[in-house]
Amino acid sequence: MRYTVHKLFAAWDFEKEEQWLNEMSAKGLELVSIGWCKYIFKDGNKNEYKYRIELLENLPAHAESISYIRFLEDMGIEHIGSFFRWVYFRKKTQDGDFDIYSDIDSKIKHYRRISVFVGILGLANLMPAISNAINYFNNDFMRGFPIFILNGVVAVTLITGYFILLNKIIKLKKDKQLYE
Amino acid sequence: MNENNALTEAVYYILLSLTKPLHGYGIMQNICSLSNGRINLAAGTLYGALTTMLERGWIIAVDCDNNSRKKEYEITSAGNAVLKKELARLNELAANGEKILGGAK
Repeated sequence: MRYTVHKLFAAWDFEKEEQWLNEMSAKGLELVSIGWCKYIFKDGNKNEYKYRIELLENLPAHAESISYIRFLEDMGIEHIGSFFRWVYFRKKTQDGDFDIYSDIDSKIKHYRRISVFVGILGLANLMPAISNAINYFNNDFMRGFPIFILNGVVAVTLITGYFILLNKIIKLKKDKQLYE
Repeated sequence: MNENNALTEAVYYILLSLTKPLHGYGIMQNICSLSNGRINLAAGTLYGALTTMLERGWIIAVDCDNNSRKKEYEITSAGNAVLKKELARLNELAANGEKILGGAK
């Protein structure tokens, strides 16, 4: 039987998303397909798989992504789905611990990739927020709903997410002073 | 890049594993056993390291005849030179450590 769950996770909360997928797996629900805010599970053995999520540098169809995903598959890591540049992987729990990156530099690189993604989206919302606000107060177009508030909330949320990721990067950089 | 820089232990062990041709999964297993289970090299980290080392000419990709999907890698003479230099560096570190900490176990 298949179950569809609709849930929204922020880009900077991808680790919480991984945790949620692993909790579902522990209950015997295996993720088999994903879409935007949409997760499709099927019944399976409890805790058979562990899940990880990564934001790729390029779209999954790109040659470099294909080469990377193929390499991971040779290492027993299954690619179960993608959304934009986000890829979802799983590996059998019995095969051992599942991390995609075990070194600090790669972890920083990944966080940074996500922070750039989030930051650009944040700025992309900040611009219309400011210009719509100006328009609104000049009474140019929007006499009705002050759409700049919507843009503003989204922009602030994204920018906050950017700083959350920046914080994670700073913590890792501190570790790098001592360890690999 | 300065040639006197230390290699990461992952890169050191990867190079050490590739004195004979080996594929990704084999490298990971070999490192795990060489380090007595201490190092569990993650797939993404391994991929990044292999890509960089290929770019630098420290290793080459060898086409495996029976299974064309499982690419194997092997160390080059440039990689060997890097490895020897790194071993010398590690010996220096260990020797000084033994001298100063004086075999206190």
